[in-house]
Amino acid sequence: MAINTEKNTYTIAFAAVMVVIVGALLAFMASALSAKISENERLEKQQNILYAMGVNENEGAGSVSFIGTDKVAEAFNTYIKEQIILEGDKITKDPNAYLIDLKKEETNAKAGKTRKLPVFIGEKDNKEFYIIPMRGKGLWDAIWGFVAVDKNMIVQGVYFDHKGETPGLGANIKQRYFMDDFIGESILNNDNYVGITVAKGNNDPTNEIKDDNEVDALAGATITGDGVSAMIKQSVALYKPFLQTIASN
Amino acid sequence: MGILSKKDAALILDPLADNNPITIQVLGICSALAITAELEASIVMAVSVLFVMGMGNVVISLMRNIIPSKIRIIVQLVVVATLVIVVDQVLKAFAYELSKTLSVFVGLIITNCIIMGRFEAFALANGPKRSFLDGIGNAAGYGFILVVIGFFRELLGSGTLLGIKVLGDPIEKTGLYAIGYENNGFMLLSPMALIVVGLIIWVQRSRNPALIEEN
Repeated sequence: MAINTEKNTYTIAFAAVMVVIVGALLAFMASALSAKISENERLEKQQNILYAMGVNENEGAGSVSFIGTDKVAEAFNTYIKEQIILEGDKITKDPNAYLIDLKKEETNAKAGKTRKLPVFIGEKDNKEFYIIPMRGKGLWDAIWGFVAVDKNMIVQGVYFDHKGETPGLGANIKQRYFMDDFIGESILNNDNYVGITVAKGNNDPTNEIKDDNEVDALAGATITGDGVSAMIKQSVALYKPFLQTIASN
Repeated sequence: MGILSKKDAALILDPLADNNPITIQVLGICSALAITAELEASIVMAVSVLFVMGMGNVVISLMRNIIPSKIRIIVQLVVVATLVIVVDQVLKAFAYELSKTLSVFVGLIITNCIIMGRFEAFALANGPKRSFLDGIGNAAGYGFILVVIGFFRELLGSGTLLGIKVLGDPIEKTGLYAIGYENNGFMLLSPMALIVVGLIIWVQRSRNPALIEEN
């Protein structure tokens, strides 16, 4: 072949063609698959919310196991009694509150707008759960999750997830053995809404002390753990007025 | 003789031992440190790299005669990034659970220097078939070391393998822990991965003196 690959014009032309081809390919993929991907994400959100309130398929002390994607929509309707949005003092019901993008709301709040805060009220075995979504920062990227409390502000379950924490270390915040430790802890301490801290050296690895607002940290994941603590604290602070009304009822 | 000629078979087998990308070429150390605290993560990473490297080497090899040498590194980066993103998107649409497990590895695969290293050193100068063999050979050599490191770090650091408590329960004091054994938390930290790599290099070179460089 007689192409001179050293010439500048060729280099520029090659780069231009490559960018167009790759760009078109990626754009095509993204638009062709986006419907399916967002549907998957929607179902996952339902699974996560239900997981936090204890509707899951966990067995023994094994791994995290969500309710199946084929059953999740139905279960979500059954167990989630009400979805409400707090906007300043205004409270509105909205069956699609779970689709609210927390990241967008955060940006809105920074821009001075009132932020929409979704809460999900679930009911299982005649017990009410108040499920609060959370969002924060880990070591590398975003972390998020849901915490379910009862009317005494005792945690009934949590779910954490992350975008890019280190596998084997920070990524373990989404393991059963870490998340299960939160169950039974209180987010209240003498009427102060303090949340729950992921603490090193609290001398309670078996997590028997339930009134210290602390769970045992993960080895090698200090910053992710601190991120989880901060995330819970922040969310609890945001929802404090709402939680107070529940606690006083 | 099988399907592969002797020379082709060497492309796969050499990187497994005497030309291992991690222990001899000292490439891909960064990801070897990052994700080997658990055996499972090591295996996932090994399989992902095997796939990307096999495909990427073929694509680069097919394009080798038309890539302008001035921007070849950029072209390589674009190829590997595109491949990884396409795979990631397809998994997100059709195998969502799997894609959740892999999502943290995506960034690590794109920036893995073994991949770029093999594009640059091999695929740019060889045909697609040989490049493919070279790709999976090197990825296998890389994956093998990853799994070995992951095995020791998880076993000694957490007392588990693939999440199963093989040494007993450290909190209930059963199994080995009953006689006073303790997990070495230091094994979970990145520096220990480097030390384990060092030990592997030591063993390998003392078994085969030909690998020792002359000063």
